[in-house]
Amino acid sequence: MAVAARLSTYGVIALIALYAATFARDVPYAAHMSLAATLAILAFLLEMFRDRPIIDMSDDPDGYQMNVVRFGVIMTALWSVVGLLVGVIVAAQLAYPELNIAPYLTFGRLRPLHTSAVIFAFGGTALITTSFYVVQRTSGARLWGKNLCWFVMLGYQLFIVLAATGYVLGGTQSREYAEPEWYVDLWLTLVWLAYLAVFLGTLIKRRQPHIYVANWFYLAFIVTIAMLHVVNNLAVPVSVFGSKSYSAFSGVQDALTQWWYGHNAVGFFLTAGFLGMMYYFVPKQANRPVFSYRLSIVHFWALIFLYIWAGPHHLHYTALPDWAQTLGMTFSIMLWMPSWGGMINGLMTLSGAWDKLRTDPVIKMMVASIAFYGMSTFEGPVMSIKAVNSLSHYTDWTIGHVHSGALGWVGMISFGALYYLTPVLWGRKQLYSLPLVNAHFWLATIGIVIYAAVMWVSGIMQGLMWREADELGLLVYSFAESVEAMHPFYVLRMFGGVLYLLGALVMVYNLARTIRGDVRGTTSAQSPTAVPAE
Amino acid sequence: MSVHDHKPEIDAATGVGTTGHEWDGVKELNNPLPRWWLSIFYISIIWAVGYMIAYPAWPMVSEATRGVLGYSSRAELAEEMQVAAKAQSQWRDQIRDLDLTEISASPELARFATRAGKAAFAVNCSQCHGSGAQGAIGYPNLNDDDWIWGGALEEIHDTIRYGVRNDSDDARYSEMPAFSEMLEPKEIKSVAQYVLSLSGLDHDPNQASQAVEIFADNCADCHGEKGEGDVEMGAPKLADAIWLFRGDSDSIIRQISTPSHGVMPAWGEKLSPTTIKELTIYVHSLGGGQ
Repeated sequence: MAVAARLSTYGVIALIALYAATFARDVPYAAHMSLAATLAILAFLLEMFRDRPIIDMSDDPDGYQMNVVRFGVIMTALWSVVGLLVGVIVAAQLAYPELNIAPYLTFGRLRPLHTSAVIFAFGGTALITTSFYVVQRTSGARLWGKNLCWFVMLGYQLFIVLAATGYVLGGTQSREYAEPEWYVDLWLTLVWLAYLAVFLGTLIKRRQPHIYVANWFYLAFIVTIAMLHVVNNLAVPVSVFGSKSYSAFSGVQDALTQWWYGHNAVGFFLTAGFLGMMYYFVPKQANRPVFSYRLSIVHFWALIFLYIWAGPHHLHYTALPDWAQTLGMTFSIMLWMPSWGGMINGLMTLSGAWDKLRTDPVIKMMVASIAFYGMSTFEGPVMSIKAVNSLSHYTDWTIGHVHSGALGWVGMISFGALYYLTPVLWGRKQLYSLPLVNAHFWLATIGIVIYAAVMWVSGIMQGLMWREADELGLLVYSFAESVEAMHPFYVLRMFGGVLYLLGALVMVYNLARTIRGDVRGTTSAQSPTAVPAE
Repeated sequence: MSVHDHKPEIDAATGVGTTGHEWDGVKELNNPLPRWWLSIFYISIIWAVGYMIAYPAWPMVSEATRGVLGYSSRAELAEEMQVAAKAQSQWRDQIRDLDLTEISASPELARFATRAGKAAFAVNCSQCHGSGAQGAIGYPNLNDDDWIWGGALEEIHDTIRYGVRNDSDDARYSEMPAFSEMLEPKEIKSVAQYVLSLSGLDHDPNQASQAVEIFADNCADCHGEKGEGDVEMGAPKLADAIWLFRGDSDSIIRQISTPSHGVMPAWGEKLSPTTIKELTIYVHSLGGGQ
């Protein structure tokens, strides 16, 4: 794009955003339009008065676009701390309700901030970053579309900021994991289609006869999330100058659409996407071939086909018709082995290299991650069984299940990828400190174990208290009594979260020192000549 | 950037052949699908198909397949509710038909009604009055013998049924005027001291004595000359050191100046007459029933 075209684009965006901000009907909309105008004006000024962009967007000498990946690695590490910190805060609010500071910092507004920061900010940035790296390396091709990858990366970061500030200011659709309002959804749609174009374009111009398995999973993730996001967010805005909108669906159809989306956000965002990550970084870190090509094909297609039907298990014993509940439950059971196919392929890739579990804490982290993946993909089908679900549903058991998946699987495989990528991308021989990786591993593992165990106990206790009836069939406990009984578990859960957060802080320190070129125990700045980038 | 396929080779560590593909140094072994994995996968599919035959599963043109077991979650719920209702009917039918004094006269019925009332209380009442009916600031404690609207069976029953200060026509209603518009701040302060003296609590005797007349003129009509209260008017007793809105002098001053008033729903609009009777018996049993 010529400079003049870029300048006029920024100018037009700034004017439209200022116009919208002037006529805004509510606070989140006004704040977001002002933010958009500010960014557009900033971009305009930078274009006018600087001869090179603030961020170095150039390609590496070997022809790959790795600066976007480096930027993504840093953002992933930062978002992990933000997401986990807000998690600890909301855990503290549950244990000590006086920590709710109305109106902006109540549990109701911070909880979606926590889930979005962890899933979309940390998890999403990790997926975009690693997919950009993996698709380039395994296709032997630079990312397609010149600077379109930068639009994806930066546009996605803007989506995160809009989502997060929107929640705190009170702009929400109240759809779980799809809280951002309509204009933020439209922006994400644009960014996501660009992401699909970059990824597909790179695959199409690959210099390899076959597409590597990691890219199948990444592509399935990108395509399915696009479909889920668009359908679930179909809504009619009250005004183009306001944030409020109404869903296109109502009643039980609305609930099913939401959980079709919600469950597949787990399936395609948190499972398929991160399996893509696993399929590249585990063989690379272990320096071993993938265990079974055939297993990767069969479990990929089985997973993709079966996952999409499992959503109704979130609506057992509700107004949802019985046949749909049957469908959700049976497909969840059939999903067990396809999920475990990924676990087998991940773990068995270490055959011939099991000794690395003793010597390489990054491998240890990846193996723990796959073990948590196996555990939570077994627990999931168990909880989808109606008889189990009637006890577990609405209780902390669900929260524990989600966190053994999110902290154990998603968190630790991403940390493993970051530990692999940082020295490679910045041209360092090794990480700053392997003992610190080991410390991170233990802080994270103990944190998760405390978290999950505590939530099992409190969840099952909660479920039993709610249904406890005496021999006359009369209810024994009031709801408030079950809340009171949760208190010690909520305090312990917060403690588990603090440990996990500490681990992430140790990682950020370790990665930062690695980027600087330090190696622990030696004098700093090891190889100042080796690094052309940055 | 390799652009060609490699020849399949044997992996030294495992003795298994590779597929011959290689991406960025990553190769794949040609291991078969694990037997146990495949077997469990097939078993789960067979189980799922069996379940779909047994239970409602496939949406057809006008309705879904019903399944050979004829199961329906709504029918299951209705049946469970019926069984529970039948198990309790020997008591609940009598409670429905008898009046409150008859119920409380029968030890067996009273015992059931108390337990059933406690369960209904846990679901409907504990949010304001507390799980142990201990009350909270602005919500009366139901364990003591201080009744705003009366502690006899019929009185408790009416309070639960019609509620207090709600939109229902039969709701109990009382309103204390805001004395900040009628009395000087100094007078209100001395009335507060006088109110404290009625319960024999720490107070300033000088100020209290100045308020004797003010109390008699302004408060005694409803609260009684000695602060004994009046359940007919819903005027709380002041002489028992039990406070609805806190008992320190500042809170008493605030309550005299601009009084707060509690609201209670008309539970008769939501709960069955039998349940209201059970709640009555339970609340009456808590300690202060008259």
